[in-house]
Amino acid sequence: MTEPALINVETYISVQHDDFDMAAEYQRLAASASCGAVVTFSGLVREFAKLSEQDAPKVTELFLEHYPGMTEKALADIVERARSRWPLGPVTVIHRIGALPLNAQIVFVGVASAHRDAAFSAAQFIMDFLKTEAPFWKRETADGKTSWVDARQSDQEASKRWS
Amino acid sequence: MMKVLFFASLRDALGTAEVDVSLAQGTTAEALRAQLIADHPQWQIALSQPALLLAVNQQMADWQTPLNESDEIALFPPVTGG
Repeated sequence: MTEPALINVETYISVQHDDFDMAAEYQRLAASASCGAVVTFSGLVREFAKLSEQDAPKVTELFLEHYPGMTEKALADIVERARSRWPLGPVTVIHRIGALPLNAQIVFVGVASAHRDAAFSAAQFIMDFLKTEAPFWKRETADGKTSWVDARQSDQEASKRWS
Repeated sequence: MMKVLFFASLRDALGTAEVDVSLAQGTTAEALRAQLIADHPQWQIALSQPALLLAVNQQMADWQTPLNESDEIALFPPVTGG
């Protein structure tokens, strides 16, 4: 038996200062009748390496810089590559920028598909490449001092699993 | 004149967000990097970081990419979003 074609293949990408509402984003993805699976991921602000070492002052804030113009294109390109590998319904990628307090929501990836395998894999794929290709940079503040967060080798390794 | 943009820690290290460079048409990005260092010797350490990334017209590119006058070039450190 052949699968019915996915009717709604809309991609929604937003780079924004404002917070996002997980429930509302889920509802939007779940509204597609041909999709039997929705996988959502949210990333939160946590303490980063350098300034959060023992005896170091507490990190109080994270600032997210981005490359206006390129960021949205890079995210759209990553979603298109995911669509070429798996049959996907609606996909949402939201990334916040600017000053964010600890524990704030920073990123949302939501993928709808007919079945769970494609939705899980595509969400993982999108996050792996967002981490290595989307032009965002984190700077943390502790005790009035700022420090750029270093890229992690493990993120580079994670994106290689798809090649 | 070609416009080159810098972001995040690289911009802080260089002390500027953008610079104009005069280069022959078709010069590679690697030659652009060498020219920037020749023009600004104090930038040598920051611009020689092996992990430095390059975008040409808002797309990731490699250092052998030939460049044109009207291209938007950006150099930046490894990304840390998500």
